[in-house]
Amino acid sequence: MTSTFRTPEGGRVDRSTTVEFTFDGQTFPGHPGDTLASALLASGRHAIASSVKLGRPRGIAAAWAEDPSGLVQIEEPFPEPMLLASTVELYDGLVAHGLPGQGRLADVPDSARYDAMHVHVDVLVVGAGPAGLAAALTAARAGARVALVDEHSEAGGSLLSGTDRLDGAPAAGWVAAAVAELAAHPEVLHLQRTTAFGLYDDGFVLALQRRTDHLGGAAPRHEARQRVWRIRARQVVVATGAHERPVVFPDNDRPGIMLAGGARTFLHRYGVRVGSEAVVFTTNDSAYDAALDLHRAGVRVAAVVDARPEGSPLRAEECRAAGIPVRTGSVVAGTSGGDRITAALVAPLADGEVGRADELACDVLLVSGGWNPAVHLFSQARGRLRYDEVLGAFLPGERLDGLAVVGSAAGLLDLAGCLADGRRGASAALTALGIAPAAEVRLPTAPEPVVPAAPLVLWRVPDASGAEGSTSFVDLQRDATVADLARAAGAGLRSMEHVKRFTTIGTAHDQGKTSGVLASGITAELLGVPVQDTGTTTFRPPYTPVAFAALAGRDRGRLFDPERVTALHDWHVAAGAVFEDVGQWKRPRYYPRAGEDMAAAVLRECAAARSGVGILDGSTLGKIDVQGPDAAVLLDRMYTNLISSLKVGSVRYGVMCGVDGMVIDDGTVLRLAEDRFLLLTTTGGAAKVLDWLEEWVQTEWPELRVHLASVTEQWSTFPVVGPRSRDVVGAVFPDVDVSNEAFPFMTWRDTTLDGVPVRLARISFSGELAFEVYVNAWYAVAVWERLVEAGAPQGITPYGTETMHVLRAEKGYPIIGQDTDGTVTPHDLGMAWAVSKKKPDFVGKRSFARVENQNPLRKQLVGLLPVDRQTVLPEGSQVVDFLADGRLPPPPVPMLGHVTSSYRSAELARPFALALVKGGRARIGDTVHVPVGGTLVPVEVTSSVLVDPEGARRDG
Amino acid sequence: MADQLARTHPLEAWLPAFAELTGAVRIDAEPFVSMAVLRAARATTGDLRIRGTALPTAPNTWAPAGDGRLIWLGPDEWLLTSPGTAPEALEEELQTLLRPVGGSAADVSAQRISLRLGGPQARQVLAKGCSIDLHPRVFTAGQSTQTALGQAAVVLLALDEDEFAVLVRSSFAGYLASWLLDASLEHADPALTS
Amino acid sequence: MQLIECPWCGPREETEFSYGGQAHVPYPEQPGELSDEQWAHYVFYRDNPKGRFAERWNHNTGCRRWFNAIRDTATYRFERVYRLDDPQPSATELAGPRRSTS
Repeated sequence: MTSTFRTPEGGRVDRSTTVEFTFDGQTFPGHPGDTLASALLASGRHAIASSVKLGRPRGIAAAWAEDPSGLVQIEEPFPEPMLLASTVELYDGLVAHGLPGQGRLADVPDSARYDAMHVHVDVLVVGAGPAGLAAALTAARAGARVALVDEHSEAGGSLLSGTDRLDGAPAAGWVAAAVAELAAHPEVLHLQRTTAFGLYDDGFVLALQRRTDHLGGAAPRHEARQRVWRIRARQVVVATGAHERPVVFPDNDRPGIMLAGGARTFLHRYGVRVGSEAVVFTTNDSAYDAALDLHRAGVRVAAVVDARPEGSPLRAEECRAAGIPVRTGSVVAGTSGGDRITAALVAPLADGEVGRADELACDVLLVSGGWNPAVHLFSQARGRLRYDEVLGAFLPGERLDGLAVVGSAAGLLDLAGCLADGRRGASAALTALGIAPAAEVRLPTAPEPVVPAAPLVLWRVPDASGAEGSTSFVDLQRDATVADLARAAGAGLRSMEHVKRFTTIGTAHDQGKTSGVLASGITAELLGVPVQDTGTTTFRPPYTPVAFAALAGRDRGRLFDPERVTALHDWHVAAGAVFEDVGQWKRPRYYPRAGEDMAAAVLRECAAARSGVGILDGSTLGKIDVQGPDAAVLLDRMYTNLISSLKVGSVRYGVMCGVDGMVIDDGTVLRLAEDRFLLLTTTGGAAKVLDWLEEWVQTEWPELRVHLASVTEQWSTFPVVGPRSRDVVGAVFPDVDVSNEAFPFMTWRDTTLDGVPVRLARISFSGELAFEVYVNAWYAVAVWERLVEAGAPQGITPYGTETMHVLRAEKGYPIIGQDTDGTVTPHDLGMAWAVSKKKPDFVGKRSFARVENQNPLRKQLVGLLPVDRQTVLPEGSQVVDFLADGRLPPPPVPMLGHVTSSYRSAELARPFALALVKGGRARIGDTVHVPVGGTLVPVEVTSSVLVDPEGARRDG
Repeated sequence: MADQLARTHPLEAWLPAFAELTGAVRIDAEPFVSMAVLRAARATTGDLRIRGTALPTAPNTWAPAGDGRLIWLGPDEWLLTSPGTAPEALEEELQTLLRPVGGSAADVSAQRISLRLGGPQARQVLAKGCSIDLHPRVFTAGQSTQTALGQAAVVLLALDEDEFAVLVRSSFAGYLASWLLDASLEHADPALTS
Repeated sequence: MQLIECPWCGPREETEFSYGGQAHVPYPEQPGELSDEQWAHYVFYRDNPKGRFAERWNHNTGCRRWFNAIRDTATYRFERVYRLDDPQPSATELAGPRRSTS
C-alpha cells in the first residue's frame, strides 16, 4: 500500500518518519501526527466495517470525535474496543480492525497504569481553539491560576484545519506563540490530549488526559497511561467549538460520504486528500471552503450542490473562477456504490418536492448541513438551551454563574468574533473573581469576515426512492433511520427523551453528536411542531467515552479498598493464617495445619479454647477513651444498663440502642477512674459508635463535660482463652495475682512487662476462663510472642474469627449486625437483664414501651439444633412451621424467621444455629423446619445458650 | 523502660522501598512518635501553654512545641507529638496541665503513624489523592489539614515548601504507604522504573 | 461533587461530610411522659420541604464537628452554614423566596 492520497506537502504530520500499522490484516504506512483514519485515507481506504444491524458497509465520516461510524478495535499493543479511527493517534506497530458496532474486551489484564490529579484554578478554559487561546491568554496575563485543556494532540482547534491567517501570516504561527507564552506563565496548566468530559457542581470539571496512548508499545510503563484531572475551577470558560452536522438523504451512509469540514481537516491537518472526485452537498457557505481547498489540492470537484434556491452568489463566483460547477436549489437525493460511493444522485428541490435526479460520478461526497455548537458542558451545568432559527442550532439560552460559553460554542462563526469573544469571556470571569485584567490583551488581526449568505435549515431530503426513509440514516452507528423516527411519531411519542429510547438514536459511542439535533429537527417536522418545542435530549457526562480503568485510577488491585491490618498482621501471615474481610479489616479466620481444611482447623481451635488455651488477635475491636467529670452521666444515657454504678477496676457488658429502641452495638466498659472509661465496641461498630456518641455530646448535651477519643489502634487486644489461660497469663505477668479471688471475673488490673504498661481484663466472649491483654500496639508483637512462648507447654493455640464465632454462638452471644438487623431490641435478644429499670431515661428506653415492641410474636433469638445432628443450616435460611396435621401450609408459606448464625460445634458434637424466630422463646422445645436445598430439615428450638448455661466455666 | 520488649513499626516492611525512592519524591516513616490528644474548651484555656507553645486557635494550623508539634484538630481538640517522651509520660504531663481547666488528655501514640513526604514533586504526589488546594501559596508551612488522601483519612502538615508530614491511623499505614509509593513511581529515579 | 462549607475548615468536598437530617429537633425532655404517638413523631417524623431546610451536617473526614446548614432541597444549594451555638434561623428566613441560581 502506498499513500497515494497524501498531498506532496503541507499538513502537520512528520513526513520525515514513516511508521507501519496493520488494519484488517493489511499493512499500511503512516506518519507521526496521523490518526488511524488519516493514515487509512492517505492510502485510499474509506471502508471500516459493516454496520451493526443491517450489515451495510460504513466508513470514516468525520475527522474527530463526532464520527458516528468509524469504530475500530485495537488488538496491539493492548486490546481495546470501541475507539474511533479518527481519534486514535497513529504509532508504529498498531494493529486494529474495523468494528461492526460491538467490541471485545481484553481477556488479559491491563498492565497500564491510570491515575488522578486534583487541581484548583481561578479560570478553567476548555478548548484551545482561537476563542480558548484568547481566553487563556487573557486570564494568564492577569496572573490568574489558569488551566487550559484541549482534546487534540496540539492546540489550535479549527485554525489547524483551514487556511486562516492572523496578523497576515498563517494562523499556526499565532497558535505557536500563544502556546509558548502560556508555557512561560508559572500559574498556567496547559494540557493537550485532555477532554473535559463532565461538568459538575461548584465548578468541578473532570477531564481525561491521554498521556501515553499515542506512544503505543513504546509508552513508559511507570507513567500513568491516562489521568483523570479533577479540576475545581472558580470560573469556567467553555470554548469547545461546534460540530458540523450532515443532511439526511437516502443511502447517505456509504463509505466515502463524510462531513465537508472533516475532509478539510484531513487535507490541512494531515495532508490527505479524501478522494479523487468529489461532490459537495451543502446548505451553507462553509462547505465552499472545503470544495475550493480540495480543488486546489488536486481533487476534481464534480459539483457543489447547494440546497439554497439562490445559493451563495459570492462563493459561487469563486467556484466559477476555479471551474467548479455549482447547482443551486438542488440536493443529493440518493447515492450509488458498494464498499465506496460511486455516484451522487443530484436533483432539484422545490417546494419540498425532489425533482428528477441525475447521476454525478464521485468517490467522495462531502456534506454540510450547518453547525451545532458544542453546548454539552453548558447543558450539563443545567443551562437552558434555545433554538436559533437562522443557524438551525441550539445555543446557550441563559447566563450561568461561573460559566461562560464563548466562540463557536456560542454560535459565532467568524474568526475575529471568536477571538474577541474568548477575550470577553475571560475578562468577565476575571471581573467576577475580582482579578484585574492586564492592561490590554491585543488580539491578532483576522481578515475582515465575508458576510456569508444565510444558511438553509434542511434536516433531510425527502425520500423519493420509495424506501420511505428506511435508508435515510440519522444515527449511522445505531442503523436508525428517518423511518424509525416516523414509527416513533406514529406510536405517539412526543418527547425527544422517549424518541431517543424508542429509536436508540444518540445512544451510541458518539452520544448523538451528529444525530441528536437532526433527530429533533426531523421529529419536529414529522409532528408539525417548531423545533424549539421538541428540544434536545439531556446532555450527560461523559462527553466522550471514558474507560472504567481511567475512572478507577489507582483504586484497583490491592489499592481498590484499603486493607486495614493489626500490628500482628505479619505474625499471622507467617503462621499461615487464612484471612477474612471484616469490613476493611483483614482478620485471621483460622490457622490451618498441614492437611487441614477449615472445618478441621476450627474444630481443633475450638477444642483448644474449651479444654486448653487459645489466643485471639482481638485488636480490631473498637476502643473509645471517655474522659471528664460527666463521663458516667453520658454513658448512663447511652447504654441501656447502668454504668455509673460500675466501680473503678471493674468491667461491665453494655448494650447501646438507637432512639427507636433497636440494638446498634454492644461491648464491655472498663472503668479506669472515676472520670475515665474505656469502651469496647464491635469491630464493625467502632466508627459508628464514636460518631453516635459525638453526635449526642455535640448536638444534644454540649453542657456535659466529657471528651471522647478513638483509641482503636492505640491498644492491641489479645484474649487468652481457656481453662489453662490462667497458667499462661500468670507466667508472663508474675506481678499479677491471677487467682479468681484476687482477680475476679469482670475486673481489670494494670501491670507492666519489662517496664511497658499492660492492662489485663477478665472478660470472656467464649464462656471460658479468659484474660484480655491490652498493650500499646508498638509492643503488640513482643507481648503476643511472650504469651505464645509461655503457653507452649499448655499447647496454646492461636485461633481465628471462625472459632471465635463458634465459641460465642455456643454461648448465645449475638454479633450485632449478624444476629441482629436493626429491628431487634435487647429484649428480643433475651437481654432484658441488660436493660436498666432504675434509670429514668436512656436512649431507646421510651421505645421499649411502644405497643409494637411489646408484641409477644416479635422475632426472638433462639438456638436451633438440627434433629439429624448432621446438617449445617445455611445462614439466612428461612424457618417454617408445619400445620397441626404435619403438612406445610399452602404457599405462600409463612416465614417464622431466619437463621442468623450456624456452625459445627466440637463441644456439642453436632451442628447448631442461632435464629430469629417469631415468638421464639415460647417455642423452645418445639420442632420447626428449615428448607435446605430441596428438603425440609427438622430442627429443635432451644435456648440460645447451648454450652455451659450455668456459666460455671468462666472462672476456670 | 522497655529495655527488652521490642517495638515493631507498622511500616518496617516498607522502609527498603522508601529508601530506594531517590527521585523528586522522598518518603520516610518517622520512628515511634509519642502522641496525645488534648481536649479543652477554648474559653478555659486562657494563656495555657503546652511546652511553651500556645494552643493554635486558627483551624487547620500547627505549631512547633518542644521536640514535636502541636496540631489543631478541632475547636477544642489538639494533637501533641513528641518523639522524645514516653507515651504514658506524655499523657500524664498533659493531664496535669489540662485537668485543672476541665480538659483531658489521652495517649494515642500507637493510634497513628507519621510519614514524611518530601522533594520537589511531593505536592504533585499528594494532589493525586487529596482534594484540598495544595498550591504553595495556599498550603504553606504551618498549615495542617484533616482530609482524605487516597481512601485514607489523614492529618496532613505542611512543614516546609516541599516537606510534609502525613499522620494516618496505624491500621491504614500499609495501605497509605503502598498508595504513596505507587503515586510516586513516575517521579522516581528512571533507573528504578526502566 | 459539591463543596460544603465547614464553619471551621472552610469549603471541602461533599464526600468529607455526613448528613444528619433535620436540625433543631431536640430530644424530648421527658420521653416517659409522651404518648406513643408523640414519641413516634419524635423518632420517625421529619419535615420534608421543597425549598429551604435547616439541617445538620458533620465534617467526618475533617474536624468531626457537627454544624447546621440551610440548604435548598430543590436546587441542593447551601445558602449558609452556622455553628450549633449560633441562633436558630427564623421562620421568615426558612420561608423566604428562593435565591435565583442564574
